[in-house]
Amino acid sequence: MVNRIIVGAHYGLKDWLAQRITALLMIGYTVIFLVVWPRPMSYAGWKALFAQGWMRFATFLLVASVLIHAWIGMRNVWMDYVKHTGLRLALEVATILWLVGCAGWAMQILWRI
Amino acid sequence: MRFRIFRYDPDKDEKPAMRDYEVVLDPHDRMLLDALVRIKEQDDSLSLRRSCREGVCGSDAMNINGKNGLACITKLSDLKEPVELRPLPGLPVIRDLIVDMTQFFKQYHSIKPYLINADPPPEKERLQSPEERDELDGLYECILCACCSTSCPSFWWNPDKFVGPAGLLQAYRFIADSRDQATAERLDDLEDPYRLFRCHTIMNCVDACPKNLNPTRAIGKIKELMVKRSV
Repeated sequence: MVNRIIVGAHYGLKDWLAQRITALLMIGYTVIFLVVWPRPMSYAGWKALFAQGWMRFATFLLVASVLIHAWIGMRNVWMDYVKHTGLRLALEVATILWLVGCAGWAMQILWRI
Repeated sequence: MRFRIFRYDPDKDEKPAMRDYEVVLDPHDRMLLDALVRIKEQDDSLSLRRSCREGVCGSDAMNINGKNGLACITKLSDLKEPVELRPLPGLPVIRDLIVDMTQFFKQYHSIKPYLINADPPPEKERLQSPEERDELDGLYECILCACCSTSCPSFWWNPDKFVGPAGLLQAYRFIADSRDQATAERLDDLEDPYRLFRCHTIMNCVDACPKNLNPTRAIGKIKELMVKRSV
């Protein structure tokens, strides 16, 4: 096939929408965090805050949002600039692995408190 | 008035270069195109496209002091000297200020820029209510000068896959048309990570449009319709 342009993957809307929704979730979390953040900052205050169920729930949503948001954003960057399909696929897979690893690590830290 | 103009003749020149010009203007010379016509009297090897000289045909789009615009409706008094003129960015240069618009028009044609209506044509015309007609304002005025698409980085990186702001404005023009029956197919065709979703809403298109149209808003409306039909 000589340089045929293939488009028509019929996706994109869900990702675009998800990126907007996760952005709102992250803003919401940031606002809540700024309100409930222990002052003065101490290990005990920090631990007490993250021991609460609702905070774990909210923080889990935050980590999930960051994961989805960053994935869509990074894939957009690869799609914009990386022309070679094989290289783009490799970078996308590497991005997923890195983000899933980071999310798992974040959860581990959070559940340990 | 002083000018620096991009010169490149692929048959003769190894690489492009900027050439300086100084022209004495007539008091009647108001627009940049008037000055370019004077420069062409001085040096007839300078190549550029122009036709209607009043902002209707869209032929004389070029990069003027770093911003895309039409030479014929750009006031000389608004320009800082030396006026730097370059061809529209991102398209292959044929010669001097003339670019190859093939890719741009390919994308325009890909959105099927015509009314699709399977009903038998009425005796006179397909009628619209005044409100339905109002929907087309800000869309039908596009003259396809390519100022917007060639100021869009997403179009620079993926001109073969991303429709670009001009094409998407026209896509919405037919989606918004009450007489068109192919809305679903048009939305299907655009629901694609490259064709529509390469737009990252940086609004260079809005800044560049010499007709003051808003392709970003049209793209937003397309996305809005896609959300509406899927949730």
